[in-house]
This record gives sequence, C-alpha cells and structure tokens, in this order.
Amino acid sequence: MDLSVINPVLLLAALMSAATPILLAATGELVVERAGVLNLGVEGMMIVGAICGFAAAVESASPLVGFAAAAAGGAVLSLLFALLTQLTLANQVASGLALTLFGLGLSALLGQGYVGVKPPRMPDVDFGPLAEIPLLGPVLFSHDPILYIGILLVAAVWAVLKFTRAGLILRAVGENHDAAHALGYKVVRIRTLAIMFGGALAGLGGAYISLIRVPQWTEGMTAGVGWIALALVVFASWKPWRVLLGAYLFGGIAQLQLNLQGAGVAIPVEYLAMSPYIITIVVLVVLSADRTAAPGSLGRIFHASG
Amino acid sequence: MTALLALKGLTKAYPGVVANDDVSLSIAPGEVHALLGENGAGKSTLVKMIYGLVKPDQGEMQMNGAPFAPAEPRAARAAGVGMVFQHFSLFDALSVAENIALGMEHAPRLRDLSRRIREVSDTYGLPLAPDRIVGDLSAGERQRVEIIRCLLQDPRLLIMDEPTSVLTPQEVEILFKTLRKLSAEGTAILYISHKLEEIRSLCDAATVLRLGKVVGTAVPRESTAREMAEMMVGKTLSTPSRPAAQPGEEVLRLDALSLPAPTAFGMPLRDVSFSLRQGEVLGIGGVAGNGQDELLSALSGERRAPRATIWLKGQDIGALGPNARRERGVLAAPEERLGHAAAPNMSLTENAMLTGAQRERLERAGFLNWGAARAFADRIIAAFDVRTPGPANAARSLSGGNLQKFVIGREVLQRPEVLVVNQPTWGVDASAAAAIRQALLDLAQQGAAIVVISQDLDELMEIADRFSALNEGRLSASRPTEGLSVEEIGLMMGGAHGMEVAHV
Repeated sequence: MDLSVINPVLLLAALMSAATPILLAATGELVVERAGVLNLGVEGMMIVGAICGFAAAVESASPLVGFAAAAAGGAVLSLLFALLTQLTLANQVASGLALTLFGLGLSALLGQGYVGVKPPRMPDVDFGPLAEIPLLGPVLFSHDPILYIGILLVAAVWAVLKFTRAGLILRAVGENHDAAHALGYKVVRIRTLAIMFGGALAGLGGAYISLIRVPQWTEGMTAGVGWIALALVVFASWKPWRVLLGAYLFGGIAQLQLNLQGAGVAIPVEYLAMSPYIITIVVLVVLSADRTAAPGSLGRIFHASG
Repeated sequence: MTALLALKGLTKAYPGVVANDDVSLSIAPGEVHALLGENGAGKSTLVKMIYGLVKPDQGEMQMNGAPFAPAEPRAARAAGVGMVFQHFSLFDALSVAENIALGMEHAPRLRDLSRRIREVSDTYGLPLAPDRIVGDLSAGERQRVEIIRCLLQDPRLLIMDEPTSVLTPQEVEILFKTLRKLSAEGTAILYISHKLEEIRSLCDAATVLRLGKVVGTAVPRESTAREMAEMMVGKTLSTPSRPAAQPGEEVLRLDALSLPAPTAFGMPLRDVSFSLRQGEVLGIGGVAGNGQDELLSALSGERRAPRATIWLKGQDIGALGPNARRERGVLAAPEERLGHAAAPNMSLTENAMLTGAQRERLERAGFLNWGAARAFADRIIAAFDVRTPGPANAARSLSGGNLQKFVIGREVLQRPEVLVVNQPTWGVDASAAAAIRQALLDLAQQGAAIVVISQDLDELMEIADRFSALNEGRLSASRPTEGLSVEEIGLMMGGAHGMEVAHV
C-alpha cells in the first residue's frame, strides 16, 4: 500500500467534477419537492438526458448543443410525469418509478447506434492567470463551464426561494396546496413548471456523466446516481446549500475510494465502493435532526374541488 | 342607499345536487349581514361564488350597481372583497408576513409589509408579530393573520366563515369589537355562523338558506335564537333533556398524567388529573390545540401512559393498548371523522367492524363475521337515523353530520363503561347535534361515565355535570356546570391568551 500515490490536488479537482451530476439532479429535485411533488423518476430523466445529450453532441459536434438537448430531453420526459400526476391525478410514487423504468428502456433504445462512439470534448473555462495559482488554480479554476453553472444554479435556487415572490409562491404551493388554491394561485401550472425544471436539471446531470465524466455511452451508465440525488434532497432538509455540501461529500468520498483502490489499501473493494453511500447518508442524517422541514403537501395529490 | 353587493337569482348545480337555487340577497355598505343555514344548505357555495372560486350557472351579481363576475379570487380581491376562511388558508411553515404577502396582489417588500402589519394590528386591536412562524400560533392568532391579510387591502366587503368556532369568549369579544369598528367605517360584513346568540348581538340582517334556497330573512336583534334555528331546520327543535341522577361509584381516575408532545406542533399533557363516576358527564373545554387530541389518545390507548396514571375501577390501564381498553369498556370517538374515527374509503360495515369487532363479537379466531358486522352497522344506522342508502356505502360518501352520527352511534351501541368523545357535534347541523347530545345523555343515564371534549361551550353547559378547561396541556380543577358564568369559563380557559381585552 502506498498512499503517497494519491495527489490531494488532483483528488480535490476530481471531487468537484464527480459531484456535479448529483448536484444538478438534486438541485432540480429540490425545487420539485419544494413545490410539493415527489418525483422518483430522477434516475430515468438523468439517463434520458445522458443519451439525448450524447447523441446531440455527436451529431452536431458541439457539446453545448448536447447539453441543451439533454435539458430538453429531461424536461420532455418529466412532462409525462406531470401529465400523469397533475392532470390524471395518478399516484406520484408509482408514476415516478414507472418514469425511471421507462427512461432506462428508452435510453437503451435511443443509444443503440452510439456505443463506442467518442463525443466531442468540452473545453475548460479559461480563467487566465487564476488557473496559475498554486493549489487553488488546478482545484477551482480548471473545469468545464457546466460545473460552474451547477454551483451558480444552487445559489440561484437558494436566492429565488428565499428572496423572491415567485419563490414564496412556490413554497406556499408545496406547503399547503389547498390554501394556495383558495388564494387563487394556479397550483397545477406552478407544479408543472417546477417538474419541468427538475427534469431539465436531471437531464443536464445525466449528460454531464456521458459527455464529461466518462465520456462515452453505455446502457444504464447513471448507475443509481439519480437515487442518491433523491436521498440527498431529503437528508439535506430541502436546503440548497446542504445539497451542495452533500453532493461534494459524496463526490469526494467516491473519488477518494477510487484512489484508495488504486493505492492498494487492504480493505476489500466492495467496502470501499459502498463507503460513499454510507458516509454521505450518515453525515446528512446527523445534520437533518430537525424533521419539520419537509414541505407540508409533499407527495399529496391536489384536486381542486369547487 | 344603493346596495354594495346585490345577488339576483344565483343558481349553481353540482352533479346530483343543486347547491344554490335562485338565491338573492343584498348588502348595504357598513351592514353586518348574517348567512344562516345547516350544513349543506349552500352557504359555502354562495360565498365561494362571491369570492370568485366558483362560477354561478345562472343569475347575476352587482357591486355598487355595476355587474360583478369575478373569474378568480384575485379579481374579487381587486373589487374589494376579502374572505376569512373557516379552515384557515394559512401556511404553517411560513412567517406571518410571508403568509400575508401571499394573499396580496402587489405585496410590498417584507420590511415595509411588516411595518404596515404592525400599524393595522395596532389600529384594530389585533396584536400580532409579523416575523413569527404561523405553525406556532394559537387558533385565535391565526385568525388574526387572516383578518389582517384582508384589512391590508381595504376591503369593502369582508366575508367571515364561522370565525368564532375556535376562539375563547374573550377572543370573540375582541373580534366583535374589530368587526363593529370596521362596520362603523363603512365596510360591509357577510357573517356565517352556527352560533345564533352571536348573530343576535352582532348582525343587522340575516338571510336563511335551506337546501340551497332562501327560506326567509330575519332581523336578528328582534328574533329569538330559537325562531332562527327553526327557520334553518324547517321544524321544531327539541332540547336534550336530562333527569337529575345520583352519580354512582368512581370508574375512571387520572393521577397526574404527563406525556411529552407527540409532534413538533403538538402539546404535552401536564399533570392532568380527574375522577369520573358512573352516570357522570365531564365536559372538557378549551381552545383547539391545547391538548385535546393528546388527552383523547392517552385515554383511548393510542398512546401508552406511564404506570399508575390511568385507573379503571382500581386497575392500572395506562400500559394497555386501544384493543385491551375496548375489551374493558373504555371506548373513544376522536374528533377527525375522516381518517381517524372512520376510514374514508371503507364501507360503513367495514368501519363498524373496525372498532366493534371485540365487544360485538364480530370476529372469531381471526376470522371476520361479515354478517354480524352488517347487522351491527344496520343497527347503528337505524338507531341514529344515519341518512345513507345502506351499510355498503363508503364512509367518505356520507355528509359530515351523518358520518358523525354513525361514529358516535357505533361507540354508544357497544355499551361502553367509559366513553370519551372529542368534538361530538363539530360541523354537525342543529337537529343532528341535538340527537347526538341526547344519545350521550341517555348513555350516562344508563350508568356509563362520559368525557366530552368540546370547543362548543353551549354544548358543554347543556350536557355536562362538571366542567374543566384544558389550557396549554393543563387541566383545571373541575367545577359543577350549574351556575358557571361565561366569564368564569373564559378565565378557566386561559383568558385571551395573556393579552388584555383590546383597547379599541
């Protein structure tokens, strides 16, 4: 065992990149759940985003077009969920699970011609002299634009929820949809928009895996990241900055355990592989000791009665 | 003077029922107008049309002589209509100011809004701190949030749906002062209530609805409560009668029962003690959220109590669960009809089975005897005049009053030794309420001990032998109901929650 082969700077830089898919998906789901909707289809929307983004990027030779297509793909798939749960009043848990299964199947179908293809590479943002700073430069200023967009989105979601009227209305709808309806707010419309936002971010998260992290297309390549994102939202008590913390914790440990495997630590690989899941959940459970944070109408079906 | 609001021939039908049939009424500026009627008479539908939540099928509304047809609440609010809902339309996790901002069209910034909330609450004697979280407020304070939300928009018509059902007498006094001040300033008030004495003291005119139709109008100050009640029901009412009886020996005793709060917004029970004899009715009053639900679940066995705190005829039953207590004759009917007392989507037969299985021998060795359960349900339906096509109907399909008769009847017919009921006549119309009260009194007559938890003080005065008040999870010492005045009761209930009666 030789721990000196682990380079802390590279580890930290990789951590941010490893955390981004979860961060994007969880931020989207946070907005959906704050509006009172439980969409368990995150994994399905991610994998559909992954293949839509991959295919669009390959065909257009532009990663940015790919990410746009990924967001659109995730949002379109989420519309199916919105149709089921908001208009036909179907059960949200069952609809979400169905969405995941459907997304996995659909992506496998769409991706048949793309196995083994190499996608165009996304250039890193050029920060000029900032990237030259020792330690900080390579860790913070040597990444692709989507990673920074993810962090900005967390800040934006936090600010919108806390300081704007639109955010207040969204929280109100999630807290008590009957009262919001009585005050004249369009519960179904607001929730549908929130669901689409969540779908778009899940799609971006999926494309981040297929275009930047891996970058190639394999069936089922999201490998449960969507489920981790869902758990993260709950354990982060529906607070954006805690989602960021949780995502980095998960990404960090995932990256660390890969490095430890590489360094030949005398712990069975299986234990290392499960460690990010366990440690993230334990830390966030401790953080989320107050259980009152859940939106009051979360997962309940809204039916406007006369 | 032209009418502020005039309704002409409003009709609204839902599949299978005409909620409003050719309803006309008019309200002058500054008038306090009462809307009376039993449950299902169509009061809610009518005010929802005025507030833009429901569109009328026929008829027209006029505001100050101009046509008025709000397509949504926003339009109604813009036209000067404010509404205080019966089930408060508030958001528990948000602050007072955020709640108020949600009900306004052009909400100012939170800081300015907080200042205006303080101004209005001072002007109208409704103390309220803008930055508190609504989930922590008492029912009276929550209602103030709704009222201030309306007042901030300078309404010309304020609709109040059953505003006093959750208030202490002192809080009602504060509310009435506010309403009288508003009316003096020219704001019209449409006031919905079951409490006829209140209407007599507050309202200038009354319109009575029955089965969706206007059946009469009255000047409340010149009518008796009885006349108005009979107009609502359409028949003469009988008052529950109770022959004087000597209470027997002690059945149930609570010794300093303390339990922590079950949830974050719940109330702990603190040192609750009382003793109850055979044939006695103990009335427990208090504003909602002061430990009523918690006390009921401690008595029914839903929550286990510490050792040596609950005694049934000298036996410690604190550690027993609901079924073991039922076996021994301690039955309970909780407040929430749909979801707690009855399973909404299950049939009446199944609901009868749920609590009657043991005492009515509806199951044997784990197998259910549906024939016997159906017969039991039929017996309840017949004995308590439950209006339903039959026991195969889902509990959800019954109106509130009918379902309440069913859930109370289900316990009464199991011959309890101790019966605990919470809000037995909440949201139930006058004749059904009278029938339920009479059944409770008859049960006591046969020797059962009864605990009635209720927020309706008139009800407690009518049926209870002794009265105690729950306040912040503490139970006051009990006093005989005979000769107890409203002021004394109000003080036992904790007055106006630590505030002076407002200086308006």
